[in-house]
Amino acid sequence: MKAVFLTLMLLFVVTGAHTQVPTMDFDQLKPRLSTEDDSLYVVNFWATWCVPCVKELPEFEKINEVYSDRKVKVLLVSLDNPRHMDSRVMPFIQEHNLQSEVILLDDPQSNRWIPMVDESWSGAIPATIIFNKNSRSFYEKVFTYEELENIVEAKLR
Amino acid sequence: MKRIVMFLAFTLVAIAMISAQGYSVGDKAVDFRLKNVDGNYVSMSDYPDAKGFVVVFTCNHCPYAVAYEDRLIELDKTYRPKGFPVIAINPNDPAAEPRDSYELMQVRAREKGFTFPYLFDEGQKVYPVYGATRTPHIFLLNREGNDLVVAYIGAIDDNYRDASAVEERYLANAIEALLEGRKPDPDFTRAIGCTIKVAN
Repeated sequence: MKAVFLTLMLLFVVTGAHTQVPTMDFDQLKPRLSTEDDSLYVVNFWATWCVPCVKELPEFEKINEVYSDRKVKVLLVSLDNPRHMDSRVMPFIQEHNLQSEVILLDDPQSNRWIPMVDESWSGAIPATIIFNKNSRSFYEKVFTYEELENIVEAKLR
Repeated sequence: MKRIVMFLAFTLVAIAMISAQGYSVGDKAVDFRLKNVDGNYVSMSDYPDAKGFVVVFTCNHCPYAVAYEDRLIELDKTYRPKGFPVIAINPNDPAAEPRDSYELMQVRAREKGFTFPYLFDEGQKVYPVYGATRTPHIFLLNREGNDLVVAYIGAIDDNYRDASAVEERYLANAIEALLEGRKPDPDFTRAIGCTIKVAN
């Protein structure tokens, strides 16, 4: 029994955390967009069809990897159509071997939730919020690694 | 006198700064002259009888823009006869997004049977003046005397994915409001869209 459990655990680790991507609406996602703990969160809104988003994803992945021991967590919120979960989102995650946590936001009522992410967000993606319990910044732009690194370093200080 | 000049200079700078950020509801919109997919150039002044315009920044490649193509055709069919024709403008630089080239715009317009002009913002001169940030992005203009005044900015409706699940038809409601002499409410909405593609 224990062997079976261990095998399952091992399988889970080997295949990565992305055997499944949770789908949620904005009310379910909202608690993930602020924090009371000591971590710094980098939340990126993207989609597999969004060319500039895909282009900057490696920078977020790198932040996730480089700062993993410094309480920095990257969350990638996909705005793909939930119908494309199996045909596009999962294959994309596997192909690019994404290690950061991925959630698919399934909430077409964007006029309601866009300003709840940030009042200044026009709705264009990519968009990113970087926050800890003390400060919060919103960016409607494509990042270079250096830009991301500078913001993360500044907020860790 | 000097003070007045200073004040005017300051005001002009302030206006320039505001316009650099694009239009808000209540601003006067400028006309444009852009090439349509049929090769002819189109301006809003070509429509002397229009009560206003649905100016939509849209493109070929963006799934959100594509999702709204059929709804734009329906809106044009419904509201062009009532004085509010749709004018679509592709703001993307094909050097940054080859799928939004003028030639592929012609292909897409033909495939979908667009009932409205589909114009190419050559040199990307128009979208920054309006302040479009994404596709699709709507600017509803209302004729007030000799001016075209921005009456509504934002989304077409509240569900890009499924036209049959739409609860609020923001744009249609805004046009109906103008036709009845009311101000649109809401006059500003947001939606997810694709960034406007600019070559580096």
